[in-house]
Amino acid sequence: MQIPAALNPADALKGKMADAVLDVKTFRDETTIVVEPSRVPEVLHFLRDSRGLVYNYLSDISPVDYYPETRYDGRRFAVSYHLYSLLYNRRLRVKTYLFEDDPTVPTATEVYPAANWLEREAHDMMGIDFSGHPDLRRLLMPDDWKGHPHRRDYPLGYETVMFSFNAENIAKHKPFAKE
Amino acid sequence: MGVVGSKLGNLGVVTTTLETAVNWGRTGAMWPLLFGLACCAIEMMSTQASDYDLSRFGMELNRASPRQSDLLIVAGRLTRKMAPVVRQLYDQMASPKYVISMGDCASCGGVYNNYAIVQGVDEIIPVDVYVAGCPPRPEQLIHGILTLHEKVKGERFADWLTEKA
Amino acid sequence: MTMMTHPGAEATSSWEGNIEELRNLVSDRALSGETLLLNMGPHHPSTHGVLRVLLELDGEEIVTCLPDVGYLHTGIEKNIESKTYEKGVTLTDRMDYLAPMSNNAVFSMAVEKLAGLDVPERAQVIRVICLELTRLNSHLVWLGTHALDLGAMSVFLYAFREREVILDMFEMLSGQRMMTSYIRPGGVWRDLTPEFLPALEDFLGYFPARVSDYESLLTNNPIFKDRTQGIGIVEPEDALAWGMSGPCLRGSGVNWDIRKAMPYSGYEQYDFDVPLGEHGDVYDRYLVRIEEMRQSVRILKQAIKRLESAGGGFRSDNRKFVPPPRAELGRSMEAVIHHFKLWTEGYTLPDEEVYVGIESPRGEIGCYLHGTGGNKPRRVRFKTPSFMHISSLGMVSQGHMIADLVAIIGSIDIVLGDSDR
Repeated sequence: MQIPAALNPADALKGKMADAVLDVKTFRDETTIVVEPSRVPEVLHFLRDSRGLVYNYLSDISPVDYYPETRYDGRRFAVSYHLYSLLYNRRLRVKTYLFEDDPTVPTATEVYPAANWLEREAHDMMGIDFSGHPDLRRLLMPDDWKGHPHRRDYPLGYETVMFSFNAENIAKHKPFAKE
Repeated sequence: MGVVGSKLGNLGVVTTTLETAVNWGRTGAMWPLLFGLACCAIEMMSTQASDYDLSRFGMELNRASPRQSDLLIVAGRLTRKMAPVVRQLYDQMASPKYVISMGDCASCGGVYNNYAIVQGVDEIIPVDVYVAGCPPRPEQLIHGILTLHEKVKGERFADWLTEKA
Repeated sequence: MTMMTHPGAEATSSWEGNIEELRNLVSDRALSGETLLLNMGPHHPSTHGVLRVLLELDGEEIVTCLPDVGYLHTGIEKNIESKTYEKGVTLTDRMDYLAPMSNNAVFSMAVEKLAGLDVPERAQVIRVICLELTRLNSHLVWLGTHALDLGAMSVFLYAFREREVILDMFEMLSGQRMMTSYIRPGGVWRDLTPEFLPALEDFLGYFPARVSDYESLLTNNPIFKDRTQGIGIVEPEDALAWGMSGPCLRGSGVNWDIRKAMPYSGYEQYDFDVPLGEHGDVYDRYLVRIEEMRQSVRILKQAIKRLESAGGGFRSDNRKFVPPPRAELGRSMEAVIHHFKLWTEGYTLPDEEVYVGIESPRGEIGCYLHGTGGNKPRRVRFKTPSFMHISSLGMVSQGHMIADLVAIIGSIDIVLGDSDR
């Protein structure tokens, strides 16, 4: 079987939907294509199904919080889709930046079923909404947990460490369990 | 066999106190709950496997049901999501019941001083023996179990009556 | 004393769930009480940790399987964000606690990629030895527990006997049995100790025969075959779409091993085969892992040979990222400064992002690392194979008997610490 020649994903995407592509970056041989959030499923569909691209494996969805900084005109969050093509053996990162007051991306579960839990985790940990997701519940934290732990403005949570000099004081206040 | 064996003469008769006999029986067949949380559970499995052979101490039988077990080894980090489950398991165990907190995470939160981890399982259930280490070696766990045996051997009837359990 | 109260700390999990919440997740028959809803886990002997599975059962047949994870969510990613890069390695050990070296390696390689740091050849070979020993270690635990779940007790005892030897070797290297933190950015922590190589050669001498012993207990065992053949079949297309990787993907016949596809640590110089399954069932995944153990032995034998010719030290000489040898501290002021800077401030990495994926025993483990331009990362995220595999559990187990679910969970080889992080 003849394998079609590999295409440059950034050029191919620009040729097809130039208005969706905001930026193309390369760092340490990793290509990042920055796209508009509303166009993400469309872009992923194109990258998966086009001849010469065939990014048929979704490795990861990685949300980032840039707080207190922002990128691309005041956008606080970013979601990276790490794609991999088994046919051409190369990786690609599709990245989209989101505003703080409306962190919404259309879901990618239609394109990659694997996105289901990855998006649920991003929703749970970073508070990003994936519109159209079939089952957007919390995944890792308890259902009634408040806040999104992986945001940069969420405290890590810290209790005073017990050393011999403060052991008595802590033991007095610590809620030890009874029978 | 220590306590009983020393009093065995040629008569085929053993004289001892009831306390000693009951405590000896309890230490000799202390069945742990088959319950693991994280990394320490793997070391707990090593302890039960061929090299360290926990059955030497009458503990080869891991019960999957809390109703049938005497010892809860909390092996691993306890998250806030898991905490109610562990408390429920403890409540379901029949008295007398004992708890070993295995590893740093279970004992005090360990390296995870953060939002997700309960800083010490003693906030949820009372603990008898703490075993340090991340994860503790099987020898350390065995030492912890033997320490618990010592504690059980020192128990007195009078204390059982005053305890609520 | 002040104790910090936490925004979510008052949260408690409710166990009396409202059945209405499950509408759209389970079939309508469950809401009317026609089928049975059953909780399996989080404390269940065969879920390999603290996995909770909500099952909808029609008799013994699984109609819907809803896995619930997070009972071991440890906040490791967030914790690493508050530490310097070097200190982060310690926490990565405890994610996938059956393959700590793979986690060390993927995090170290992400840091190295972000820093542009090269690793000497000898360190690469040592890493390969560690990674393959880790693979054996993990596969042995998988084999023991998987067989135990299916009722074969003795395999567990044999597998753990060999695993103890591997743990002893880890202890020779790093001083710790499990949480080694041996692979660090820039190389490994220290050179191979003198007793390590003889122990490894001795182990490689008898281990292949031991693998045959395990096989003689299981491979042609009619009970084992009945429990595993034709169970949990995953079609190659489904496996790819659901993000499966490692032996689960190769059991379905998809040839993707990152060691071959995108070689790292010099894997391209080793001669080994990638075993593939045909049917994608539990039995094929078992065969793939057994064969992987044999291939790991092949790689280890070649690595010992390569160690003699491999140049360079056991870690990089770049003093901005790697501490100086202890002997230098007494003689060189510069070394003292480097040492002090590294262990207090750490090093700064650019405000850029990298993604590194390697082949862990369970599949592709990936590390997404985003720097800040300072000495701590902005974001560390691990793509872990168990997470993807558990997410596909519902798809794989549909229509099977509940007893087969135990076989399926064992065969996709999940580690909850890996999944929940």
